[in-house]
Amino acid sequence: MSTREKTWWWIAGVVIILYCLFPIAWIVSLSLKAPSDISNASFLPTSATWENYTQIFTGSAADLFLPALRNSFGICLIATFISCILSMFAAYAIARLDFPGKKLILSTALAVAIFPVISIVTPLFNLWRQIGLYDTWLGLIIPYLSLTLPISIWTMSAFFREIPWEMEQAAQVDGATTWQAFRKVIVPLASPGVFTTAIIAFFIAWNDFAYGISLTSTSRARPVPAALGLFSGASQFEDPTGVTAAAAVVVTVPVVVLVLMFQRRIVAGLTNGAVKG
Amino acid sequence: MSQTTLPPVEKTQPVSAPARRISDRSRAERKLGWMLAGPAFLVMLLVTAYPILQAVWYSLFNYRLTDPANKSFTGLSNYGVILTDSLWWQALGVTVLITVITVAVELVLGFALAFVMAKALRSLRPTLRAGILIPYAVITVVSSLAWKFAFDIDTGFVNSWFAWLPGIGSDTDWFGGQGTSLFVVCLAEIWKTTPFISLLLLAGLAQVPEVLQEAAKVDGATFRQRLWKVTIPNMKAAIMVAVLFRTLDAFRIFDSIFVMTAGANNTETVSFLAYRQTITRVEIGLGSAVSVLLFVSVVLIAFGFIKGFKIDLAQARGEG
Repeated sequence: MSTREKTWWWIAGVVIILYCLFPIAWIVSLSLKAPSDISNASFLPTSATWENYTQIFTGSAADLFLPALRNSFGICLIATFISCILSMFAAYAIARLDFPGKKLILSTALAVAIFPVISIVTPLFNLWRQIGLYDTWLGLIIPYLSLTLPISIWTMSAFFREIPWEMEQAAQVDGATTWQAFRKVIVPLASPGVFTTAIIAFFIAWNDFAYGISLTSTSRARPVPAALGLFSGASQFEDPTGVTAAAAVVVTVPVVVLVLMFQRRIVAGLTNGAVKG
Repeated sequence: MSQTTLPPVEKTQPVSAPARRISDRSRAERKLGWMLAGPAFLVMLLVTAYPILQAVWYSLFNYRLTDPANKSFTGLSNYGVILTDSLWWQALGVTVLITVITVAVELVLGFALAFVMAKALRSLRPTLRAGILIPYAVITVVSSLAWKFAFDIDTGFVNSWFAWLPGIGSDTDWFGGQGTSLFVVCLAEIWKTTPFISLLLLAGLAQVPEVLQEAAKVDGATFRQRLWKVTIPNMKAAIMVAVLFRTLDAFRIFDSIFVMTAGANNTETVSFLAYRQTITRVEIGLGSAVSVLLFVSVVLIAFGFIKGFKIDLAQARGEG
């Protein structure tokens, strides 16, 4: 490859990285602006300040932000856990056993994945009110399964297909039952796939806004994305932009770091589920 | 599929083994299969099929939450009200517009990204792969907020950065009109979801046999010819899956509309209309009817794609 060609690839690469980072850099920069500095019409703050971060952790916005953070973590972890357990068994069956209805399960997962969320929200809004699940953790965990379960089943089935199944057979030859072979041999082999699936599922639940904004009304169950959308109405005396930006940074950076740490596996998980890679 | 997942045990079964034993085994396997996959299957049905049936039921009533005494069965009249109202057609038009623009731009851009990632220098590749995941890892609300603040007349920097362009000045109100609002909404959507498309396309690119490329090169095909005659036809399945998924995803657009415009200046989408009718106006009957129509639209799009382009999703998923 000539030096000229090399330079072009480098430029293309740098442009892509800038493209990916730009809005993040902007929201970080915005979160460091003082209220008087918000409308300085420039990308960077005149002088950086931690003011907005103090606001969301100890100041006036803490009442809105901290409970939302707790709700989001709790609800998303539980929903992820449930769907990982359920799809672990389902994916094992799909990848390993021969039974009629396998196609039906995968098609259902596909159909659920493309289901418009709002079409589930509107009936649940009324139903949850009647049976007392409105504005509760459980009232969000149940619909979150419609987001996390299909992708978990796909991703995990794709990972499970890559497992060297001869080892299970070997265990069975050595006298292990199907169940023992599953638990003792396959689970350790499968755990990287399960772990990746869990990250993807957690992220999808963490990303939800429609359920969060529609099925909650107070800090009892309201998750972070819904709270972020409401910051504008929360503080009457000052421009909420900086505070919102700080909260956005706090919920974004950990996820970005997590995704970057496990990027290789996540890319495999995302694409295996949809295209044979 | 069934061929590839038959347990090796069965294949190596001695010919002399009694037939009954095989059928017992396969019956047990069948039972175990449903025992393991059944719960997940049931839960999926429970959290989607049940609500949508409930929505169909609600949609047949004139039912406002604040006025439960006057709840009455009105049959299909809610659908009549919606389908003759310009609000619905307006929302549908905006949704289709956003879907077409974002998917078209994302496909081209995603292809370019995938191409760079596939061909980039070895030293650059891991960084690119990681970088491309960042927009995917940012929650939609945060990316919408970032783009909104960037273009906002008070908090933004876009107006001062692009003041040299005709028609942009410090008083340009991007969220003051339909066209400019939708422009920013599309921009945010494109930024957020192009990486996903490019990852799918990259996986597709990897499937194009290198031999074909070499053969075409030897035969003197130009880069452009190789792209159109070799690369793209060979990754048709990946392209179609990416387009189908993104189309259905874009058609449901809700978060960014809520955050960026809240439906102002005729930027309401179908999802937002359903939300507003049900949650804000507590018109359960009407809102449910919009939800059902949204659901039907999505099913029609999916069906149209699968039949029209003959996409075998099972094959594309690696089930073939």
